[in-house]
Amino acid sequence: MTYALEISDLKKTYPGGTEALKGISLKVKEGDFYALLGPNGAGKSSTIGIIGSLVTKTSGMVKIFGIDVDKDMAEAKTMLGVVSQEINFSQFEKVMDIVVTQAGFYGIPKSEAMPKVENILKRLSLWDKRNNQARTLSGGYKRRLMIAKALVHNPKLLILDEPTAGVDIELRREMWTFLKEINKNGTTIILTTHYLEEAEQLCRNIGIIDQGTMVADTSMKDLLGTLNVQGFVFDLIEPLEEAPLIEGFPLKLEDSLTLVAAVNKDRSINALFSEFSKLNIKIKSMRNESNRLEELFIEMVNSNEK
Amino acid sequence: MKSNYKVSVSLWTLTVKEIRRFLRIWVQTLVPPAVTMSLYFVIFGSLIGPRIGSMDGFDYIQYMIPGLIMLSVITNSYNNVVSSFYSVKFQKSIEELLISPMPNWAILLGFVLGGVARGVLIGFIVFGVSLIFYPEFTVANPLLTITVLLLTAILFSLMGFINAVFADSFDDISIIPTFILTPLIYLGGVFYSINILPDIWRSISMANPMLYVVNTFREGMLGASDVSISFSLGMICAFIAILTGACLYFLKKGTGIRQ
Repeated sequence: MTYALEISDLKKTYPGGTEALKGISLKVKEGDFYALLGPNGAGKSSTIGIIGSLVTKTSGMVKIFGIDVDKDMAEAKTMLGVVSQEINFSQFEKVMDIVVTQAGFYGIPKSEAMPKVENILKRLSLWDKRNNQARTLSGGYKRRLMIAKALVHNPKLLILDEPTAGVDIELRREMWTFLKEINKNGTTIILTTHYLEEAEQLCRNIGIIDQGTMVADTSMKDLLGTLNVQGFVFDLIEPLEEAPLIEGFPLKLEDSLTLVAAVNKDRSINALFSEFSKLNIKIKSMRNESNRLEELFIEMVNSNEK
Repeated sequence: MKSNYKVSVSLWTLTVKEIRRFLRIWVQTLVPPAVTMSLYFVIFGSLIGPRIGSMDGFDYIQYMIPGLIMLSVITNSYNNVVSSFYSVKFQKSIEELLISPMPNWAILLGFVLGGVARGVLIGFIVFGVSLIFYPEFTVANPLLTITVLLLTAILFSLMGFINAVFADSFDDISIIPTFILTPLIYLGGVFYSINILPDIWRSISMANPMLYVVNTFREGMLGASDVSISFSLGMICAFIAILTGACLYFLKKGTGIRQ
């Protein structure tokens, strides 16, 4: 089976001795939407930098769609698009020129690139700003421009390093829709993010990296399935003075109208609703207590540090 | 299936980008040399020149023209590449190139062609200005003139590239042009023939590489030189080969551009 990305025993030691990657291995299937998570300084950006040849690896192997980057770097790069964490275009050039030039660097002549550029800029709502200097764009539009640049040569593998950092929620949701769409159309996507809700919403598989080692590489479903207890928040119609005592369901009152329950994964939540009915507790709405992935992430990173 | 990547398109794109960059800021890049050289021609050519008399058998203003063209070509081709490459490093837009499939030689060639384009264009601008002050000027050996013009622009574009590779701040890209390049050019026979110097200074001047560049160009334009032309051309070509090798080595190693 050919993987979109295959990393084997990847190591990176920076001058000065910092060991950023201690031999990570990773396989991402073609068509996947993969989340690469980890705390700051875990080695995510070093990994992405090595894949995009912005960072020189100390040892190990990287293959993009079966092509070893050490053997045919140019061919591997034609299949790869990278959206870096930091803005990396000339601020003094026009939006259109930046994207057309990027296409040119991938060997696409201007005449051939123009229809693609128009299409991408329109899809990312940048078409009206095509003649604006990049420095005049807001932070959110600069992020869109980064994505437009990375997509102009139709890469089969798109890597996004914190693409929604500092972006407002509306634009973040728009980006999610856009990324889901291009993934559905066949582009394999690898995403790093600090918004774990984003990873949970978008990604099918997940890798967690910490202190230069992989601490998890599994499907989102399996990972979330390892959670034993899930927290639910119930908004009440009538206020309570104290949390009721229900066997098997530890409850606490956050305020008089908000009740929080810890539900073990082998228990049915219907049983809890039955108990609420018996006690005449009326529920207005319910939601997850916090991001489930966040809980697991913290648990894994903490156990790796011990 | 192999992709249809065309390196010629990448190279063309980078070269056009580099040329567009200095044309976009023409007030900073093209006008100053024309103004400065006009002042040289007015002061040293028209006002002081007649009092100096002839230099190696030529009117002083006529003798100065090749030197001033070289001065402009050297500084502009060097400055174009050093400022452009350092800027892309500083703004991180170098990543656009490093992530792309462009080979290192094409990246180097794109920047060098940008520097050569600016150097040669400035050379023609200064020559045009000189014709206002000395309309009867004729070029003695056009082929040699053009050859030296191109080789010089290539040589100093490569030097600018190396400076930018090692630069960590904007100070680093101005130190070498200000404190090394400019004094060597001024003392390299732009305004005088080394034959007028005392023996000791003439011998010291022979160690100045700029002397060979300026005099080879003067040979092309006037048919007069203080140095051996074949030796000078050989040295320029050898330096171009050595610097090209060094630039490619630094790019491969990722010096200053890859972590």
